[in-house]
Amino acid sequence: MRHILSLLLENESGALSRVAGLFSARGYNIESLTVAPTEDPSLSRMTIVTIGSDEVLEQITKQLNKLVDVVKVIDLTEGSHIERELMLVKVRAVAKDREEMKRISDIFRGRILDVTDKTYTIELTGTGSKLDAFFDALDREAILETVRTGASGIGRGDRILKV
Amino acid sequence: MEMTGGQVAELSGAEIVSRCLAEEQVEFLFGYPGGAVLPIYDELFKQDKVKHILVRHEQAGVHAADAYARATGKVGVALVTSGPGVTNAISGIATAHLDSVPMVVLTGQVPTKAIGEDAFQEVDTVGITRPCVKHNILVKRAQDIAPAIKKAFHIAATGRPGPVVVDIPKDITLETTNYFYPKSVALRSYNLVTRGHSGQIRKAVELLLSAKRPMIYSGGGIIMGNASELLTQFVHALGYPCTNTLMGLGAFPATDPLFLGMLGMHGTYEANMAMQDCDVLLAIGARFDDRVIGNPEHFMSVNRKIIHVDVDPSSISKRVKVDIPIVGDVSEVLKSMLEHVAELSKGSGKSDVDAWWKQISVWREKDCSKFGVSDTVIKPQSVVKTFYELTKNEDVFVTSDVGQHQMWAAQYYKFDRPRRWINSGGLGTMGVGLPYAMGCQFAYPDALVACITGEASIQMCIQELSTAKQYNLPIKVITLNNRYLGMVRQWQEFFHGNRHSESYMDALPDFVKLAESYGHVGMRIENPSDVEGALKEAIALKDRLVFMDFITDQAENVYPMIPGGKGLSEMILDGSSD
Ligand SMILES: Cc1cc2nc3c(=O)[nH]c(=O)nc-3n(C[C@H](O)[C@H](O)[C@H](O)COP(=O)(O)OP(=O)(O)OC[C@H]3O[C@@H](n4cnc5c(N)ncnc54)[C@H](O)[C@@H]3O)c2cc1C
Ligand SMILES: Cc1ncc(C[n+]2csc(CCOP(=O)(O)OP(=O)(O)O)c2C)c(N)n1
Ligand SMILES: [Mg+2]
Repeated sequence: MRHILSLLLENESGALSRVAGLFSARGYNIESLTVAPTEDPSLSRMTIVTIGSDEVLEQITKQLNKLVDVVKVIDLTEGSHIERELMLVKVRAVAKDREEMKRISDIFRGRILDVTDKTYTIELTGTGSKLDAFFDALDREAILETVRTGASGIGRGDRILKV
Repeated sequence: MEMTGGQVAELSGAEIVSRCLAEEQVEFLFGYPGGAVLPIYDELFKQDKVKHILVRHEQAGVHAADAYARATGKVGVALVTSGPGVTNAISGIATAHLDSVPMVVLTGQVPTKAIGEDAFQEVDTVGITRPCVKHNILVKRAQDIAPAIKKAFHIAATGRPGPVVVDIPKDITLETTNYFYPKSVALRSYNLVTRGHSGQIRKAVELLLSAKRPMIYSGGGIIMGNASELLTQFVHALGYPCTNTLMGLGAFPATDPLFLGMLGMHGTYEANMAMQDCDVLLAIGARFDDRVIGNPEHFMSVNRKIIHVDVDPSSISKRVKVDIPIVGDVSEVLKSMLEHVAELSKGSGKSDVDAWWKQISVWREKDCSKFGVSDTVIKPQSVVKTFYELTKNEDVFVTSDVGQHQMWAAQYYKFDRPRRWINSGGLGTMGVGLPYAMGCQFAYPDALVACITGEASIQMCIQELSTAKQYNLPIKVITLNNRYLGMVRQWQEFFHGNRHSESYMDALPDFVKLAESYGHVGMRIENPSDVEGALKEAIALKDRLVFMDFITDQAENVYPMIPGGKGLSEMILDGSSD
């Protein structure tokens, strides 16, 4: 099953490599990993999307908690949560495709950030599966370049991850 | 991180390092100098609180610090230079990591400005050690040295112990800064659970008392948690059978009638059968290693309830799903369990386990540790057995290397006390034996320290005979010389069509002359009738290192044996006839 883990960790050099090293050393999957400092500059918040059985997830959580730089770990997928990912896509937009591109972008609530006479650069946010769906809606030939941030997540309502 | 307490003074980084070690009451610092740590060595020269031990190879220095920690329960400390000093230390660090040994390794680093420039003797120490430490810290400013060292000792010694590396660039050891040594440290990201959940503990004791075929399986965690006495009380209170892992030997007295011997790949028939057939298993301070339970599917194919006590939550339900997990320190949990036993066994009492003990005595009758005797060739088992008989009333520290000799030492030396059996279980590092003996002998200068080794393993840190001479360490080296990488040969016989691919030790040195050239006493023993005399003579040479080269049966194998992939009850027993 797919899980979204949210971590608070000490904002110290090396903390990221400890987490990444743990996943590779123990053969756990990482689908995506994002990290940035929080409003408290001594802490970073990391979101990891991983896939594994319940037993594997239990071990991943325990092993992450064991890392001295990791302050807190929660599995967002255990409760209701919000997941968002940002994607930038540069597409070919010429002749009759130009109108079509704009239309598909609008359907997915994309924003066109940059325009040339041959291309559009579209910004899109949503869940991972929404971004995947956007790809499916496009003609592959038209995609020139893409970049995705990987998922970020937060609990709904009163579910708060804080020290 | 919060730090409190301490006096302020203006000192160089190097002096701070030496002051911190003194504050931690470090008795011995095992090390080897080099460019990046020269300022620290200069400070060590000026003080007399911490005694530096000059080894002959960094690996051995780390092993010696590791053994000092295992034998005393204190944190072992080593110091190495940057680059090659660090790479040489890796085997030692990884060995301590897999056996959860509290250790602080200080490593020199190139100056902060040179880091990342492929400077002379630069390696990414934090990167290269990360997978084999409990934690590591690259210190970047002189004022951070003392807090980093405090933090390192704290992390190394608490919870599930382990090695911590503190990497110190040369330039900050030359800078001066305000020094104060924190009295305590609190880390928001490092919180330990020690108490154990009281509801779970009660449930566990109820389950144990209701068992018809109970079994207590304990390991290295009992030794690390200094809980041997509590465990012994607990096992006696219940009257249940107890087994120990290789790392747990001595946690429960080997000569106690309730002891079934070691379990696992080379464990006893009775311990493995009882482990497989029990209906309630208490695993305490042990981690269901693959050398212990064999094939996990085979192990889990039987219906039994498992209680698992461990301070590290990740040890629980890692390889084997358990019914009652208890996260906590072995001492705390055992104390609480003992109270429950006293209370609960008053009422309905515990169920009758006589039939179970009858079954166990049937298994015991197999006498799986018998071995053939010979008048012409020395049986390796007999050397260990004789040594045990000669020394069983003394307080002896036995270290070992890795291979068949290690298993025979574990099987035939009966350890009644914790911290007396020092070996590498998790990493299985050949070469540890002699440095381990050094670490023990430094810690206990008057004790009898023996290293039971093989002719191959001993050569992996043989240079330490020189260190042993320098510090007059009267270690007794007992080499079971079978002219083979015996354990490798044994596996080749079982699993590779008896093809001895590169498992033969050709061109062996004359160990007697070798020992003598280092200034020690050497003995070569070839006849079974000389074994006892030689051992007695060596033991009597109280102030000399004696290197005993026992020329043993080349064909002997270690039994019982659970072949790889097989289950606990699928042991190969018969080896006594050859
Ligand atoms: C050639 C060879 C053959 C081997 N054959 C065997 C064999 O036949 N049988 C065998 O048993 N082993 C054998 N081993 C050793 C094996 O590889 C493992 O190292 C060993 O079984 C692990 O022992 P353990 O389970 O006691 O764990 P340890 O590695 O000692 O771990 C201790 C556990 O206790 C926990 N702990 C630590 N402190 C505390 C505390 N204060 N409170 C609570 N919990 C704590 C830790 O978290 C950990 O989970 C062999 C090794 C070699 C090299
Ligand atoms: C550093 C290292 N290299 C290789 C091995 C694999 N290995 C395990 S036992 C063994 C043979 C040990 O031979 P010896 O020390 O003579 O002991 P014996 O088995 O003959 O008693 C080897 C090569 C190891 N454990 N450690
Ligand atoms: Mg050998």
